Amino acid sequence: MGYLTIGCFASLTGSMNYDFLLRLSKAAQRKGHRVSIWFSGNGSSSIKKGQKILKDYSHGEKHLRELISNGVEICVCESCAYARGIMKEDVIEGAKWSAMHWFLSKIYEADRVLLIGGE
Amino acid sequence: MKTGDVKLAFIVTKLPYKSETSRLAITHALSYQTVEVLLEDNQTITPSLIFVDEGVLNCIKNHKSMEHYELTSVETHLKNALLVEMDIYVCKESIEKFGVLPERIVNAEDIGAEKSIKIVSKDEIKEIIKRADHLLYF
Repeated sequence: MGYLTIGCFASLTGSMNYDFLLRLSKAAQRKGHRVSIWFSGNGSSSIKKGQKILKDYSHGEKHLRELISNGVEICVCESCAYARGIMKEDVIEGAKWSAMHWFLSKIYEADRVLLIGGE
Repeated sequence: MKTGDVKLAFIVTKLPYKSETSRLAITHALSYQTVEVLLEDNQTITPSLIFVDEGVLNCIKNHKSMEHYELTSVETHLKNALLVEMDIYVCKESIEKFGVLPERIVNAEDIGAEKSIKIVSKDEIKEIIKRADHLLYF
């Protein structure tokens, strides 16, 4: 099985890029691939817990929790999160909190790398 | 376990300041300076930054972002990248398209960098991309 590392720079709402990331990650994980996801830029606010599910908006928390419980590694950029007023204690349980070199270290191991989003 | 060097090509196509995308490309590339704490001794990462299309507008010198936005400039990040000897390339055809003269491209001589941004053709960029293990498109 392969190892997929994904960098997500898309915001939770505003485009369907984030939804694509969630579906792709689930599909890869279900097929037995190892998956790591790095949230940076506007993607970093999507790891905040306490998201309300409104049918008119994309939502990430439920899906991220499912991915984490299935072994997908998730990490948020601490500087990007701080800049958006998100503290470590605000982050969904099981998500990691680190600096950009975490993403590079996962790229090192990866068979494939994808970047999603970024306006 | 994988060993050796992994080459990353950060391709930057976005304007500076309109979004944070180009800044994130540079700061992610710069983080190779500290990635060794997460890698083994025989594992290294070598990034290169490649500016094409509108992305070349990041490389014009004399940014005033601190004055106008109270933000560290993209130029400062580029200078830091040169100081740590990262390879930075700017597309010749793209700067010509925007009328940017080579003397307007950022350099870091004032902070003691020996490297400078290289102006290269699209064909040369294709070769750099071919040598990369992974592309990161910003």
